[in-house]
Amino acid sequence: ELAGSSYAREVDMAPVRVLTLGLFVFGASGLQMPKNLAAGVSRADASVSRGVAPRVGRRGMLAGVMGALIASPAFAEYTLPDLPYPYEALEPHIDAATMRFHHDKHHATYVANVNKALAGKPEKSLLELQKDAISAGPGVRNSGGGHYNHALFWEEMGPASGKGPSGELAKKIDEAFGSFDKFKEEFSAKAAGRFGSGWCWLGVKPDGSLAIDTTPNQDNPLMDGGCETKMVPILGLDVWEHAYYLKYQNRRPEYISAWFNVVDWDKVGKFYSDYGAKGKGVPF
Amino acid sequence: AFASAFARPLDRSLPSTVMLARVRAVPTLRGVCTRAKHTLPDLPFEANALEPAISAEIMTIHHSKHHNTYVTNLNAALEKYADAEAKGDMAAMIALQGAIKFNGGGHVNHSIFWTNLAPTTCGGGDMSTAPSVQKAIEKQWGSVDTFKTTFNATTAAVQGSGWGWLGYCKASDSLKIATCANQDPLSTTGLVPLLGVDVWEHAYYLQYKNVRPDYLKAIWGVVNWRNVEERFAKAK
Repeated sequence: ELAGSSYAREVDMAPVRVLTLGLFVFGASGLQMPKNLAAGVSRADASVSRGVAPRVGRRGMLAGVMGALIASPAFAEYTLPDLPYPYEALEPHIDAATMRFHHDKHHATYVANVNKALAGKPEKSLLELQKDAISAGPGVRNSGGGHYNHALFWEEMGPASGKGPSGELAKKIDEAFGSFDKFKEEFSAKAAGRFGSGWCWLGVKPDGSLAIDTTPNQDNPLMDGGCETKMVPILGLDVWEHAYYLKYQNRRPEYISAWFNVVDWDKVGKFYSDYGAKGKGVPF
Repeated sequence: AFASAFARPLDRSLPSTVMLARVRAVPTLRGVCTRAKHTLPDLPFEANALEPAISAEIMTIHHSKHHNTYVTNLNAALEKYADAEAKGDMAAMIALQGAIKFNGGGHVNHSIFWTNLAPTTCGGGDMSTAPSVQKAIEKQWGSVDTFKTTFNATTAAVQGSGWGWLGYCKASDSLKIATCANQDPLSTTGLVPLLGVDVWEHAYYLQYKNVRPDYLKAIWGVVNWRNVEERFAKAK
Protein backbone atom coordinates (compact mmCIF):
# COMPACT_ATOMS: atom_id res chain seq x y z
CA GLU A 1 0.00 0.00 0.00
CA LEU A 2 1.12 3.52 -0.63
CA ALA A 3 2.48 5.75 2.10
CA GLY A 4 -0.24 7.53 4.02
CA SER A 5 0.12 11.04 2.67
CA SER A 6 -2.82 12.91 1.28
CA TYR A 7 -1.15 12.73 -2.10
CA ALA A 8 -1.04 8.97 -2.10
CA ARG A 9 -4.58 8.01 -2.78
CA GLU A 10 -5.30 4.37 -2.30
CA VAL A 11 -4.78 2.80 -5.68
CA ASP A 12 -6.82 0.02 -7.08
CA MET A 13 -4.57 -3.03 -6.74
CA ALA A 14 -5.71 -4.32 -10.04
CA PRO A 15 -3.52 -6.85 -11.82
CA VAL A 16 -0.02 -5.68 -12.47
CA ARG A 17 0.05 -4.80 -16.08
CA VAL A 18 2.47 -6.65 -18.26
CA LEU A 19 3.40 -3.27 -19.63
CA THR A 20 4.28 -2.00 -16.17
CA LEU A 21 6.45 -5.06 -15.66
CA GLY A 22 8.09 -4.54 -19.00
CA LEU A 23 8.69 -0.87 -18.29
CA PHE A 24 10.29 -1.64 -14.96
CA VAL A 25 12.59 -4.19 -16.54
CA PHE A 26 13.48 -1.89 -19.40
CA GLY A 27 13.72 1.12 -17.17
CA ALA A 28 15.80 -0.57 -14.52
CA SER A 29 18.32 -1.80 -16.99
CA GLY A 30 18.85 1.30 -19.02
CA LEU A 31 17.63 4.34 -17.15
CA GLN A 32 17.91 5.78 -13.70
CA MET A 33 14.97 4.32 -11.92
CA PRO A 34 13.69 6.20 -8.94
CA LYS A 35 13.95 3.50 -6.34
CA ASN A 36 11.28 5.16 -4.27
CA LEU A 37 8.68 4.29 -6.87
CA ALA A 38 9.59 0.65 -6.69
CA ALA A 39 9.06 0.82 -2.94
CA GLY A 40 5.53 2.03 -3.59
CA VAL A 41 5.92 5.60 -2.38
CA SER A 42 3.61 8.11 -4.06
CA ARG A 43 4.84 10.08 -7.01
CA ALA A 44 4.74 13.34 -5.09
CA ASP A 45 6.84 12.08 -2.19
CA ALA A 46 9.21 10.40 -4.60
CA SER A 47 9.84 13.60 -6.42
CA VAL A 48 10.45 15.61 -3.28
CA SER A 49 12.94 13.14 -1.92
CA ARG A 50 14.48 12.30 -5.24
CA GLY A 51 18.07 13.28 -5.33
CA VAL A 52 20.32 11.46 -7.74
CA ALA A 53 19.02 7.97 -8.32
CA PRO A 54 21.83 5.43 -8.60
CA ARG A 55 22.40 3.64 -11.86
CA VAL A 56 20.73 0.32 -11.58
CA GLY A 57 22.48 -2.90 -12.44
CA ARG A 58 21.27 -6.48 -12.51
CA ARG A 59 20.33 -6.47 -8.84
CA GLY A 60 18.43 -3.31 -9.54
CA MET A 61 16.60 -5.00 -12.37
CA LEU A 62 15.50 -7.72 -10.02
CA ALA A 63 14.47 -5.13 -7.46
CA GLY A 64 12.53 -3.34 -10.14
CA VAL A 65 10.70 -6.43 -11.20
CA MET A 66 9.99 -7.38 -7.59
CA GLY A 67 8.81 -3.86 -6.92
CA ALA A 68 6.50 -4.02 -9.87
CA LEU A 69 5.08 -7.29 -8.68
CA ILE A 70 4.69 -6.28 -5.05
CA ALA A 71 3.28 -2.77 -5.04
CA SER A 72 2.95 -0.95 -8.32
CA PRO A 73 0.84 2.15 -8.53
CA ALA A 74 -0.38 3.02 -12.02
CA PHE A 75 2.96 3.92 -13.52
CA ALA A 76 3.57 7.61 -14.25
CA GLU A 77 0.04 8.67 -13.42
CA TYR A 78 -1.00 11.55 -11.21
CA THR A 79 -3.80 11.03 -8.73
CA LEU A 80 -6.47 13.29 -7.33
CA PRO A 81 -5.49 14.26 -3.78
CA ASP A 82 -8.14 14.00 -1.11
CA LEU A 83 -9.53 17.19 0.35
CA PRO A 84 -7.80 17.77 3.72
CA TYR A 85 -11.22 18.43 5.34
CA PRO A 86 -14.88 17.52 4.75
CA TYR A 87 -16.82 19.18 1.91
CA GLU A 88 -18.76 21.39 4.34
CA ALA A 89 -15.71 22.49 6.35
CA LEU A 90 -15.44 25.86 4.64
CA GLU A 91 -19.11 26.79 5.06
CA PRO A 92 -20.62 29.30 4.93
CA HIS A 93 -17.85 31.01 3.00
CA ILE A 94 -17.49 28.30 0.40
CA ASP A 95 -20.48 26.00 0.19
CA ALA A 96 -20.28 22.22 0.35
CA ALA A 97 -21.88 21.73 -3.08
CA THR A 98 -19.20 23.89 -4.70
CA MET A 99 -16.45 21.99 -2.87
CA ARG A 100 -17.95 18.72 -4.06
CA PHE A 101 -18.22 19.69 -7.72
CA HIS A 102 -14.99 21.63 -7.72
CA HIS A 103 -12.93 18.80 -6.28
CA ASP A 104 -14.73 15.67 -7.48
CA LYS A 105 -15.50 16.90 -11.01
CA HIS A 106 -13.36 19.82 -12.09
CA HIS A 107 -10.10 18.88 -10.39
CA ALA A 108 -10.62 15.19 -11.15
CA THR A 109 -11.01 16.05 -14.85
CA TYR A 110 -7.72 17.96 -14.86
CA VAL A 111 -5.99 14.94 -13.33
CA ALA A 112 -7.50 12.56 -15.88
CA ASN A 113 -6.62 14.87 -18.76
CA VAL A 114 -3.06 15.56 -17.73
CA ASN A 115 -2.48 11.82 -17.43
CA LYS A 116 -3.85 11.43 -20.94
CA ALA A 117 -1.68 14.24 -22.24
CA LEU A 118 1.44 12.73 -20.67
CA ALA A 119 0.85 9.10 -21.63
CA GLY A 120 4.15 7.60 -22.65
CA LYS A 121 6.16 10.69 -21.76
CA PRO A 122 9.02 10.76 -19.28
CA GLU A 123 7.91 11.07 -15.71
CA LYS A 124 8.01 14.39 -13.89
CA SER A 125 6.68 15.54 -10.57
CA LEU A 126 3.68 17.81 -10.77
CA LEU A 127 5.84 20.69 -9.60
CA GLU A 128 8.54 19.98 -12.19
CA LEU A 129 5.86 19.79 -14.86
CA GLN A 130 4.89 23.43 -14.42
CA LYS A 131 8.03 25.13 -15.72
CA ASP A 132 7.66 24.07 -19.36
CA ALA A 133 3.91 23.52 -19.26
CA ILE A 134 3.15 26.24 -21.79
CA SER A 135 5.61 25.00 -24.38
CA ALA A 136 4.46 21.41 -23.72
CA GLY A 137 1.14 22.20 -25.37
CA PRO A 138 -2.46 22.98 -24.41
CA GLY A 139 -3.14 19.60 -22.77
CA VAL A 140 -0.29 19.94 -20.29
CA ARG A 141 -0.76 23.68 -19.93
CA ASN A 142 -4.44 23.53 -19.06
CA SER A 143 -4.68 20.23 -17.25
CA GLY A 144 -1.20 20.13 -15.71
CA GLY A 145 -1.66 23.69 -14.57
CA GLY A 146 -5.17 22.92 -13.40
CA HIS A 147 -3.98 19.94 -11.36
CA TYR A 148 -1.21 21.88 -9.63
CA ASN A 149 -3.32 24.98 -9.00
CA HIS A 150 -6.13 23.05 -7.38
CA ALA A 151 -3.73 20.91 -5.32
CA LEU A 152 -2.37 24.15 -3.81
CA PHE A 153 -5.88 25.59 -3.45
CA TRP A 154 -7.24 22.80 -1.22
CA GLU A 155 -4.14 22.75 0.97
CA GLU A 156 -3.98 26.50 1.58
CA MET A 157 -7.54 26.59 2.93
CA GLY A 158 -9.10 25.29 6.10
CA PRO A 159 -12.07 25.86 8.39
CA ALA A 160 -12.42 29.52 9.37
CA SER A 161 -10.17 30.16 12.36
CA GLY A 162 -10.02 33.94 12.53
CA LYS A 163 -6.23 33.75 12.44
CA GLY A 164 -4.20 35.93 10.11
CA PRO A 165 -0.60 35.67 8.98
CA SER A 166 2.12 35.59 11.64
CA GLY A 167 5.89 35.56 11.95
CA GLU A 168 8.12 36.10 8.96
CA LEU A 169 5.26 36.03 6.45
CA ALA A 170 3.35 38.73 8.33
CA LYS A 171 6.46 40.90 8.28
CA LYS A 172 6.91 40.39 4.56
CA ILE A 173 3.25 41.26 3.93
CA ASP A 174 3.62 44.50 5.86
CA GLU A 175 6.81 45.32 3.97
CA ALA A 176 5.27 44.75 0.55
CA PHE A 177 1.77 46.13 1.05
CA GLY A 178 1.85 48.30 4.17
CA SER A 179 -0.50 46.16 6.23
CA PHE A 180 -2.53 42.98 6.09
CA ASP A 181 -5.67 45.02 5.33
CA LYS A 182 -3.95 46.80 2.46
CA PHE A 183 -2.76 43.43 1.17
CA LYS A 184 -6.36 42.17 1.18
CA GLU A 185 -7.50 45.31 -0.64
CA GLU A 186 -4.94 44.91 -3.40
CA PHE A 187 -5.48 41.17 -3.68
CA SER A 188 -9.25 41.64 -3.85
CA ALA A 189 -9.01 44.34 -6.52
CA LYS A 190 -6.72 42.25 -8.70
CA ALA A 191 -8.80 39.10 -8.23
CA ALA A 192 -11.97 40.96 -9.16
CA GLY A 193 -10.25 42.59 -12.12
CA ARG A 194 -9.04 39.35 -13.73
CA PHE A 195 -11.37 39.19 -16.72
CA GLY A 196 -12.76 35.79 -17.59
CA SER A 197 -11.27 32.66 -16.05
CA GLY A 198 -8.06 32.67 -14.07
CA TRP A 199 -6.32 32.88 -10.73
CA CYS A 200 -4.99 35.55 -8.39
CA TRP A 201 -1.69 34.76 -6.67
CA LEU A 202 0.41 35.88 -3.75
CA GLY A 203 3.99 34.95 -4.50
CA VAL A 204 7.62 35.43 -3.55
CA LYS A 205 9.77 37.25 -6.08
CA PRO A 206 13.42 36.35 -6.73
CA ASP A 207 14.51 39.19 -4.44
CA GLY A 208 12.47 37.68 -1.59
CA SER A 209 9.74 40.30 -1.56
CA LEU A 210 6.06 39.49 -1.95
CA ALA A 211 3.86 40.41 -4.90
CA ILE A 212 0.32 39.89 -6.15
CA ASP A 213 -0.53 39.10 -9.76
CA THR A 214 -3.13 37.25 -11.80
CA THR A 215 -2.98 34.70 -14.58
CA PRO A 216 -5.54 33.59 -17.17
CA ASN A 217 -7.19 30.18 -17.31
CA GLN A 218 -4.93 27.57 -15.61
CA ASP A 219 -1.61 29.34 -16.10
CA ASN A 220 0.43 29.95 -12.96
CA PRO A 221 3.60 31.89 -12.09
CA LEU A 222 5.71 28.70 -12.00
CA MET A 223 5.30 28.39 -15.77
CA ASP A 224 7.82 30.06 -18.03
CA GLY A 225 5.73 32.79 -19.62
CA GLY A 226 2.87 32.07 -17.25
CA CYS A 227 2.73 35.29 -15.31
CA GLU A 228 3.95 38.83 -15.85
CA THR A 229 5.46 38.79 -12.37
CA LYS A 230 8.21 36.24 -11.89
CA MET A 231 7.45 34.67 -8.52
CA VAL A 232 6.86 31.46 -6.59
CA PRO A 233 3.18 31.20 -5.70
CA ILE A 234 2.36 30.42 -2.06
CA LEU A 235 -1.35 31.32 -2.14
CA GLY A 236 -3.82 31.24 -5.01
CA LEU A 237 -7.47 32.17 -5.46
CA ASP A 238 -9.49 30.45 -8.18
CA VAL A 239 -11.71 33.03 -9.90
CA TRP A 240 -13.12 30.73 -12.56
CA GLU A 241 -16.90 31.02 -12.27
CA HIS A 242 -17.18 27.36 -11.24
CA ALA A 243 -15.33 28.28 -8.04
CA TYR A 244 -18.16 30.47 -6.79
CA TYR A 245 -21.17 30.47 -9.08
CA LEU A 246 -23.49 28.11 -7.16
CA LYS A 247 -23.45 30.37 -4.10
CA TYR A 248 -22.40 33.79 -5.37
CA GLN A 249 -23.47 33.81 -9.04
CA ASN A 250 -22.05 36.98 -10.58
CA ARG A 251 -21.01 38.43 -7.20
CA ARG A 252 -17.31 37.66 -7.43
CA PRO A 253 -16.22 40.43 -4.99
CA GLU A 254 -18.43 38.85 -2.29
CA TYR A 255 -16.77 35.47 -2.90
CA ILE A 256 -13.31 37.00 -2.70
CA SER A 257 -14.14 38.70 0.58
CA ALA A 258 -15.58 35.47 2.04
CA TRP A 259 -12.61 33.41 0.89
CA PHE A 260 -10.20 35.32 3.14
CA ASN A 261 -12.01 33.70 6.08
CA VAL A 262 -10.89 30.24 5.06
CA VAL A 263 -7.25 30.89 4.22
CA ASP A 264 -5.08 28.80 6.55
CA TRP A 265 -2.34 31.32 7.24
CA ASP A 266 -0.31 28.83 9.29
CA LYS A 267 -0.06 26.61 6.21
CA VAL A 268 0.66 29.54 3.93
CA GLY A 269 3.32 30.67 6.42
CA LYS A 270 4.95 27.25 6.03
CA PHE A 271 4.67 27.44 2.24
CA TYR A 272 6.51 30.74 2.53
CA SER A 273 9.30 29.74 4.92
CA ASP A 274 9.88 26.16 3.67
CA TYR A 275 9.62 26.87 -0.04
CA GLY A 276 8.85 30.36 -1.30
CA ALA A 277 11.50 32.11 0.75
CA LYS A 278 14.03 29.63 -0.66
CA GLY A 279 12.91 30.28 -4.21
CA LYS A 280 11.37 26.82 -4.49
CA GLY A 281 7.86 26.00 -5.59
CA VAL A 282 5.53 24.32 -3.14
CA PRO A 283 5.66 20.64 -4.12
CA PHE A 284 2.49 18.71 -4.90
CA ALA B 1 -36.64 65.07 -26.39
CA PHE B 2 -33.28 63.61 -27.15
CA ALA B 3 -34.35 60.34 -25.56
CA SER B 4 -37.46 59.93 -27.67
CA ALA B 5 -35.63 60.94 -30.81
CA PHE B 6 -33.17 58.12 -30.39
CA ALA B 7 -35.25 55.42 -28.72
CA ARG B 8 -36.22 52.53 -30.94
CA PRO B 9 -39.51 50.84 -30.09
CA LEU B 10 -39.44 47.12 -29.56
CA ASP B 11 -41.25 45.52 -32.47
CA ARG B 12 -42.70 42.34 -31.00
CA SER B 13 -44.75 41.62 -34.13
CA LEU B 14 -41.72 40.07 -35.75
CA PRO B 15 -40.85 36.70 -34.24
CA SER B 16 -37.24 37.47 -34.58
CA THR B 17 -36.45 40.99 -33.61
CA VAL B 18 -32.95 42.09 -34.17
CA MET B 19 -32.41 43.71 -30.83
CA LEU B 20 -30.06 46.54 -31.34
CA ALA B 21 -28.91 48.23 -28.20
CA ARG B 22 -31.19 51.15 -27.69
CA VAL B 23 -28.89 54.07 -27.64
CA ARG B 24 -30.02 57.15 -25.83
CA ALA B 25 -28.25 60.42 -26.31
CA VAL B 26 -27.49 62.29 -23.11
CA PRO B 27 -26.94 66.05 -23.11
CA THR B 28 -23.73 67.11 -21.38
CA LEU B 29 -22.76 70.22 -19.49
CA ARG B 30 -21.50 71.66 -22.73
CA GLY B 31 -25.12 71.61 -23.94
CA VAL B 32 -24.17 69.39 -26.83
CA CYS B 33 -24.81 65.69 -27.11
CA THR B 34 -21.35 64.18 -27.21
CA ARG B 35 -21.90 60.85 -25.55
CA ALA B 36 -24.44 58.11 -26.12
CA LYS B 37 -25.23 55.69 -23.33
CA HIS B 38 -25.74 52.06 -24.16
CA THR B 39 -28.73 50.32 -22.64
CA LEU B 40 -29.62 46.76 -21.84
CA PRO B 41 -31.94 45.36 -24.53
CA ASP B 42 -34.99 43.47 -23.30
CA LEU B 43 -35.09 39.72 -23.67
CA PRO B 44 -37.38 38.99 -26.65
CA PHE B 45 -39.14 36.29 -24.63
CA GLU B 46 -39.99 35.39 -21.03
CA ALA B 47 -37.15 34.19 -18.82
CA ASN B 48 -38.64 30.69 -18.62
CA ALA B 49 -39.39 30.43 -22.35
CA LEU B 50 -36.28 28.42 -23.17
CA GLU B 51 -36.85 25.70 -20.60
CA PRO B 52 -35.85 22.95 -20.27
CA ALA B 53 -32.84 23.76 -22.43
CA ILE B 54 -31.89 26.83 -20.43
CA SER B 55 -33.47 27.47 -17.05
CA ALA B 56 -35.35 30.64 -16.10
CA GLU B 57 -32.85 31.18 -13.28
CA ILE B 58 -29.93 31.23 -15.68
CA MET B 59 -31.73 33.49 -18.17
CA THR B 60 -32.64 35.98 -15.46
CA ILE B 61 -29.18 36.20 -13.93
CA HIS B 62 -27.42 36.05 -17.30
CA HIS B 63 -29.48 38.94 -18.69
CA SER B 64 -30.19 41.17 -15.70
CA LYS B 65 -26.83 40.71 -13.96
CA HIS B 66 -24.07 39.69 -16.34
CA HIS B 67 -25.18 41.49 -19.50
CA ASN B 68 -26.39 44.46 -17.45
CA THR B 69 -22.97 44.75 -15.83
CA TYR B 70 -21.27 44.82 -19.22
CA VAL B 71 -23.56 47.68 -20.25
CA THR B 72 -22.93 49.62 -17.04
CA ASN B 73 -19.18 49.12 -17.19
CA LEU B 74 -19.07 49.91 -20.89
CA ASN B 75 -20.78 53.24 -20.30
CA ALA B 76 -18.41 54.02 -17.44
CA ALA B 77 -15.36 53.17 -19.55
CA LEU B 78 -16.59 55.19 -22.52
CA GLU B 79 -17.26 58.18 -20.27
CA LYS B 80 -13.74 57.99 -18.87
CA TYR B 81 -12.40 57.57 -22.40
CA ALA B 82 -14.21 60.67 -23.62
CA ASP B 83 -12.81 62.67 -20.71
CA ALA B 84 -9.29 61.36 -21.35
CA GLU B 85 -9.61 62.16 -25.03
CA ALA B 86 -10.80 65.67 -24.28
CA LYS B 87 -7.74 66.16 -22.09
CA GLY B 88 -5.45 64.58 -24.67
CA ASP B 89 -4.40 61.96 -22.11
CA MET B 90 -3.17 59.23 -24.44
CA ALA B 91 -1.92 57.00 -21.63
CA ALA B 92 -5.35 56.97 -20.02
CA MET B 93 -7.03 56.31 -23.37
CA ILE B 94 -4.80 53.30 -23.98
CA ALA B 95 -5.27 52.03 -20.43
CA LEU B 96 -9.06 52.06 -20.96
CA GLN B 97 -9.00 50.00 -24.13
CA GLY B 98 -9.06 46.70 -22.27
CA ALA B 99 -12.21 47.66 -20.41
CA ILE B 100 -13.86 48.85 -23.62
CA LYS B 101 -12.99 45.58 -25.35
CA PHE B 102 -14.22 43.43 -22.43
CA ASN B 103 -17.42 45.26 -21.79
CA GLY B 104 -18.15 46.40 -25.32
CA GLY B 105 -17.55 42.88 -26.54
CA GLY B 106 -19.73 41.52 -23.75
CA HIS B 107 -22.53 43.90 -24.71
CA VAL B 108 -22.31 43.12 -28.42
CA ASN B 109 -22.07 39.37 -27.90
CA HIS B 110 -24.99 39.10 -25.51
CA SER B 111 -27.17 41.41 -27.59
CA ILE B 112 -26.69 39.03 -30.50
CA PHE B 113 -27.15 35.98 -28.27
CA TRP B 114 -30.67 36.91 -27.09
CA THR B 115 -31.81 37.24 -30.71
CA ASN B 116 -30.17 33.92 -31.60
CA LEU B 117 -32.49 32.11 -29.17
CA ALA B 118 -36.22 31.50 -29.31
CA PRO B 119 -38.76 29.31 -27.54
CA THR B 120 -39.79 26.20 -29.46
CA THR B 121 -43.26 27.77 -29.78
CA CYS B 122 -41.70 30.55 -31.83
CA GLY B 123 -39.56 28.45 -34.11
CA GLY B 124 -36.70 27.71 -31.71
CA GLY B 125 -34.80 24.69 -33.00
CA ASP B 126 -36.76 24.67 -36.28
CA MET B 127 -34.32 24.72 -39.15
CA SER B 128 -37.04 24.87 -41.79
CA THR B 129 -37.11 28.59 -41.04
CA ALA B 130 -33.56 28.88 -42.41
CA PRO B 131 -33.47 27.25 -45.86
CA SER B 132 -30.47 29.20 -47.19
CA VAL B 133 -28.44 28.62 -44.06
CA GLN B 134 -29.31 24.95 -44.12
CA LYS B 135 -28.19 24.66 -47.73
CA ALA B 136 -24.94 26.45 -46.99
CA ILE B 137 -24.30 24.28 -43.92
CA GLU B 138 -24.93 21.10 -45.89
CA LYS B 139 -22.62 22.31 -48.64
CA GLN B 140 -19.89 23.11 -46.12
CA TRP B 141 -20.12 20.19 -43.69
CA GLY B 142 -22.05 17.55 -45.60
CA SER B 143 -24.93 17.46 -43.18
CA VAL B 144 -26.49 19.51 -40.41
CA ASP B 145 -25.62 16.76 -37.92
CA THR B 146 -21.95 16.86 -38.85
CA PHE B 147 -21.99 20.64 -38.54
CA LYS B 148 -23.54 20.47 -35.05
CA THR B 149 -21.09 17.80 -33.91
CA THR B 150 -18.14 19.83 -35.18
CA PHE B 151 -19.49 23.04 -33.69
CA ASN B 152 -20.04 21.39 -30.32
CA ALA B 153 -16.62 19.74 -30.19
CA THR B 154 -14.89 22.98 -31.13
CA THR B 155 -16.91 25.05 -28.70
CA ALA B 156 -16.63 22.56 -25.83
CA ALA B 157 -12.87 22.76 -26.21
CA VAL B 158 -12.74 26.50 -25.49
CA GLN B 159 -10.36 26.87 -22.54
CA GLY B 160 -11.83 28.93 -19.76
CA SER B 161 -14.34 31.54 -20.85
CA GLY B 162 -15.38 32.29 -24.41
CA TRP B 163 -17.84 31.82 -27.24
CA GLY B 164 -18.45 29.47 -30.15
CA TRP B 165 -19.61 31.10 -33.37
CA LEU B 166 -21.05 30.30 -36.73
CA GLY B 167 -19.78 33.15 -38.84
CA TYR B 168 -19.86 34.29 -42.44
CA CYS B 169 -16.67 34.98 -44.31
CA LYS B 170 -17.30 37.63 -46.99
CA ALA B 171 -13.99 37.09 -48.73
CA SER B 172 -14.65 33.43 -49.45
CA ASP B 173 -18.47 33.61 -49.36
CA SER B 174 -18.53 30.73 -46.92
CA LEU B 175 -19.62 29.79 -43.44
CA LYS B 176 -17.04 29.14 -40.74
CA ILE B 177 -16.99 27.86 -37.18
CA ALA B 178 -14.83 29.99 -34.92
CA THR B 179 -14.21 30.46 -31.22
CA CYS B 180 -13.24 33.57 -29.31
CA ALA B 181 -11.79 33.96 -25.85
CA ASN B 182 -13.45 35.93 -23.08
CA GLN B 183 -15.71 38.60 -24.63
CA ASP B 184 -13.66 39.19 -27.76
CA PRO B 185 -16.30 39.93 -30.40
CA LEU B 186 -16.32 37.86 -33.58
CA SER B 187 -15.46 41.02 -35.49
CA THR B 188 -11.89 40.49 -34.25
CA THR B 189 -11.71 37.49 -36.60
CA GLY B 190 -13.13 39.33 -39.60
CA LEU B 191 -16.21 37.10 -39.68
CA VAL B 192 -19.81 38.31 -39.56
CA PRO B 193 -21.62 36.76 -36.59
CA LEU B 194 -24.62 34.61 -37.47
CA LEU B 195 -25.01 32.42 -34.36
CA GLY B 196 -23.13 32.60 -31.09
CA VAL B 197 -23.11 30.23 -28.13
CA ASP B 198 -21.86 31.57 -24.81
CA VAL B 199 -19.69 29.01 -23.00
CA TRP B 200 -18.68 31.13 -20.07
CA GLU B 201 -19.60 28.98 -17.07
CA HIS B 202 -22.24 31.53 -16.05
CA ALA B 203 -24.18 30.56 -19.21
CA TYR B 204 -24.84 27.01 -18.00
CA TYR B 205 -23.36 26.23 -14.59
CA LEU B 206 -26.44 26.44 -12.38
CA GLN B 207 -28.10 23.82 -14.55
CA TYR B 208 -25.37 21.76 -16.19
CA LYS B 209 -22.47 22.21 -13.71
CA ASN B 210 -19.23 21.06 -15.32
CA VAL B 211 -20.96 19.17 -18.14
CA ARG B 212 -20.58 21.78 -20.87
CA PRO B 213 -21.24 19.22 -23.66
CA ASP B 214 -24.77 18.58 -22.32
CA TYR B 215 -25.55 22.31 -22.49
CA LEU B 216 -24.26 22.42 -26.05
CA LYS B 217 -26.46 19.48 -27.03
CA ALA B 218 -29.53 21.06 -25.45
CA ILE B 219 -29.15 24.56 -26.87
CA TRP B 220 -29.79 23.46 -30.46
CA GLY B 221 -33.41 22.96 -29.43
CA VAL B 222 -33.83 26.71 -28.88
CA VAL B 223 -31.71 28.19 -31.65
CA ASN B 224 -33.66 30.89 -33.48
CA TRP B 225 -32.86 29.75 -37.02
CA ARG B 226 -35.07 32.47 -38.49
CA ASN B 227 -32.72 35.04 -36.96
CA VAL B 228 -29.67 33.19 -38.28
CA GLU B 229 -31.26 33.24 -41.75
CA GLU B 230 -31.87 37.00 -41.50
CA ARG B 231 -28.30 37.65 -40.46
CA PHE B 232 -27.00 35.44 -43.25
CA ALA B 233 -29.06 37.28 -45.85
CA LYS B 234 -27.86 40.63 -44.53
CA ALA B 235 -24.23 39.49 -44.43
CA LYS B 236 -24.30 38.33 -48.03
